[in-house]
Amino acid sequence: MAQSLPEPTVAALARGLAAGRYSAVELTRACLARVEAAQPQLNAFITITAEAALAAAAAADAARAAGRAGPLTGVPIAHKDIFCTSDVRTTCGSKMLANFVSPYDATIVSKLAAAGTVNLGKLNMDEFAMGSSNETSHFGPVRNPWDTARVPGGSSGGSAAAVAARIAPAATATDTGGSIRQPAALCGVTGIKPTYGRVSRYGMIAFASSLDQAGLITVSAEDAALLLGAMAGFDPRDSTSVDSPVPDYAAALDAPLAGLRIGLVREFFEKGLDAECEARIREAIAVYEKLGARVQEVSCPNLPLSVPTYYVVAPAECSSNLARFDGVRFGHRCESPRNLTDLYSRSRGEGFGAEVKRRIMTGTYVLSAGYYDAYYLKAQRVRQLISADFARAFESVDLLLGPTSPTTAFEIGAKVDDPITMYLNDIYTIGANLAGLPGMSIPVGFAGGLPVGLQLIGPHFSEARMLNAAHRYQLETDWHLRAPAAFA
Amino acid sequence: MQWETVIGLEIHAQLATRSKIFSSSATAYGAAPNTQANLVDLGYPGVLPVLNGEAVRMAVRFGLSIGARIARHSVFARKNYFYPDLPKGYQISQYELPIVAEGALEIVLDDGTRKRVGITRAHLEEDAGKSLHEGLPGVSGIDLNRAGTPLIEIVSEPDMRSAQEAVAYMKKVHTLVRYLGICDGNMQEGSFRCDANVSVRPKGQEKFGTRAEIKNLNSFRFVEKAINYEVERQIELIESGGKVVQETRLYDPDKGETRSMRSKEEANDYRYFPDPDLLPVVIDDSYIETVRSQLPELPDEKAARFVRDYGLSEYDAGVLTASREFGAFYEDVVQRVGKEPKLCANWVMGDLAAFLNKDNLEIGASKVDAAALAGLVTRIVDATISGKIAKDVFEAMWESGESADAIIEQKGLRQITDTSAIERAIEDVMAKNPGQLADYRSGKDKLFGFFVGQVMKATGGKANPAQLNELLKKKLAG
Amino acid sequence: MSLNRNDIENIARLARLELAEAEIPVYVDSLTRIFDFVGELDRAPTEGIAPMAHPLPGLAQRLRADEVTEADAHERYQRNAPRVEAGLYLVPKVIE
Repeated sequence: MAQSLPEPTVAALARGLAAGRYSAVELTRACLARVEAAQPQLNAFITITAEAALAAAAAADAARAAGRAGPLTGVPIAHKDIFCTSDVRTTCGSKMLANFVSPYDATIVSKLAAAGTVNLGKLNMDEFAMGSSNETSHFGPVRNPWDTARVPGGSSGGSAAAVAARIAPAATATDTGGSIRQPAALCGVTGIKPTYGRVSRYGMIAFASSLDQAGLITVSAEDAALLLGAMAGFDPRDSTSVDSPVPDYAAALDAPLAGLRIGLVREFFEKGLDAECEARIREAIAVYEKLGARVQEVSCPNLPLSVPTYYVVAPAECSSNLARFDGVRFGHRCESPRNLTDLYSRSRGEGFGAEVKRRIMTGTYVLSAGYYDAYYLKAQRVRQLISADFARAFESVDLLLGPTSPTTAFEIGAKVDDPITMYLNDIYTIGANLAGLPGMSIPVGFAGGLPVGLQLIGPHFSEARMLNAAHRYQLETDWHLRAPAAFA
Repeated sequence: MQWETVIGLEIHAQLATRSKIFSSSATAYGAAPNTQANLVDLGYPGVLPVLNGEAVRMAVRFGLSIGARIARHSVFARKNYFYPDLPKGYQISQYELPIVAEGALEIVLDDGTRKRVGITRAHLEEDAGKSLHEGLPGVSGIDLNRAGTPLIEIVSEPDMRSAQEAVAYMKKVHTLVRYLGICDGNMQEGSFRCDANVSVRPKGQEKFGTRAEIKNLNSFRFVEKAINYEVERQIELIESGGKVVQETRLYDPDKGETRSMRSKEEANDYRYFPDPDLLPVVIDDSYIETVRSQLPELPDEKAARFVRDYGLSEYDAGVLTASREFGAFYEDVVQRVGKEPKLCANWVMGDLAAFLNKDNLEIGASKVDAAALAGLVTRIVDATISGKIAKDVFEAMWESGESADAIIEQKGLRQITDTSAIERAIEDVMAKNPGQLADYRSGKDKLFGFFVGQVMKATGGKANPAQLNELLKKKLAG
Repeated sequence: MSLNRNDIENIARLARLELAEAEIPVYVDSLTRIFDFVGELDRAPTEGIAPMAHPLPGLAQRLRADEVTEADAHERYQRNAPRVEAGLYLVPKVIE
């Protein structure tokens, strides 16, 4: 493995850059060397943009020399390949978009570029973000840096693996049913999915529009706070983006936790949770109690229905969102179509992978005549119940704590043949998406040598409080600073 | 058997906004292919719709003008189907909760009776692009300039019973949307078009027959012909033992017939669901009241006022209010003349309309404007010229663009009102026609007309008719 | 709930997805399992509960000003298009 980065976190690197201990170009070179070196083992990147990254780094150094540097100027990051970037192809992990070059930048790509960050490239992911193991990518699976025979989680597997292996200090990611939090847990890094509407969806290729939310995978909660501040905010191009001011997340990090009311969702601890994982979660909760938080049990009785609810709502939206991939204006087109129907059916049949097709068909079915009420409307009603469960819980607690994932990282290939088993990986994370709530996962130790993640869920727009709680934990522990030996 | 026709119309009116309903591209007609289709219109990955407030305001304007209920909470839904002119694979429309519901319009039938046509709903949606076939062997070319143009789809109840009623209703809506300034009404360019749902049933039967939907009718004449053809087709089909199938049909104006559209048949499961990219449209009372306060006087209100204030017949009032511009022109003339509104109406509906028609001009492009026409009518009213002479003056005004007064002066058309001059002419005619004079005086009253004619001839038609009559009677009586 | 081959073929046709022969039994099996699984929802007490179409309650659609801000960029947008001629996207003949 190439030489390690001078510091593990964005916060420390930003200080190093500001102090002139190294230039953005030097730091970017160091990152790129690690990116290249790790690529054969991890397959974390789909596209590496070395030249553009070095040019951006040089511009960052010039800005600093001219006295125009901001807190993130020159900090290297990488984008999940679901975000449209105009300088390089955006594949969404699919053969459908293998050669697609977006004519525009996603809002968050522009915002992070404007903040001076340097983009190293585009990160691997499950195809169209549909997956929990990164095995559905057209560009091959990503491997978990803690054990390369295992999955990194998904769909933001490239983002989690890259940050865990310390080849990119931070990465953007997206979360529709757990796609930030679950891979963060499985790779031992920090992940945050903000409140629905907090971060613009413009330029993020849609999977399920009412659930998708962009966020971050970072080493620490402090890093997440720094980057989220640059990424969040109202976007007039996104009707679902919320027009309210972005708090200073970094400023709120150090607030004491005394009196913080923590709820443990009873249903999260009932069955299916690996015992050793549960032990790590309980230990983390004990740390919070030591920090002055008051812990109580709460119940969300409808939460166990979140996975079946999700597997109606998300496929329904995806079946419609992915209809635009028809071989006409962009994307894969079959050879010599015989007629219009053939053009559509073969272009889509060839361009989409098995899991994407499965979800499109599931969604097509639940919306079709005769099934709409029984499936789609029913699921949207249950969604209301789940949302109400959370709302009731937040009447008595400030944050909910629990596991992010029922197990640690599983072996590549172990669950590919059984969609239900695969879907159940997201049993603890999906509820927050259905209700639009912010959620985080932070590393809280190891089970069988593999990382375990603690999930935090807060009320709408409680990111500052959540980041504060995560940061205080990380001041007490160093799990987030552990890196896999092979990539140290 | 006696058959009854049942017709409902779905009118699509393009809203006259500058930009599209969900994007900031221009909506102008006739641009080079795909030059007005931006990333949102093209359905590019990652882009999102943002609703044009003006389209909402226009829909509310329409709703208020038909006495409809304006939804305080309306929802955009996706109508999913694959078609090359539909870039996203779904059309954003309104399904369960449209912005306008339960309105009505009144139409006047040929025999003068009035009929109410119910309007079930009017909803906002985006238009599709166009498929072009000409000059492209074996392929079609897709132009998405029109994709995303705002439409209001106005869905009537199946209240119409003949093609004539359907046309009268469509014309009524056409007038209304132009009055409201929400649609240019240009049917050639497709800004205003309709689908007709047509069925027949035995007279007296309550249950509707199976309907066929005739798509994309873009002229009043086609609506009439297509419906009449379709009604005949259905009746013949049923009478010969066949059954009408529910299907989409296309009217071929060259052949004058409708035919089945195979391509649209199979995609019937539209899988509507609320569009998660858009939030509910929420409209409050103050918004509605603001829009209401900005409504222009509507055609029916204006016609009633013309009857009441100007003493016009209902028919005349209806003709004069057929368009907002026409009505405004008329009122401008009346105000300038200051009296004789009926005479003004005759001129606007008569000579002016005929000349506009002859030169195929809209009223806005009339060669005689309201001020000029008022100048002419004023000269009739003040007896400077006779109504008959005025027709010649109008024609000269139309050709030359000069005022009535200028033409009257140049051509010496001023009416003779000088009593002594008229008397001199009468005496002259009497002297030249002693035989007729004797006959008249011996009781042949009919010869009075002869003397009028001779005096008019002698004065070049300029003698004031009323004066002439009076003086002539006196002189002839001796 | 059990789906058969015919169901899968119909759904695939509606979704415009050509499936290889070998894929069909796989989807018959996995979609059947998925619908069995989501069938759990039947047990939820949803009477009188409104469907939730959007995760944040009480928000209303924002209205944009009616302004044209886009310039023609069709050449750039069409770089991703598989077949274009004279500014038009080409598809097999559309028969109406």
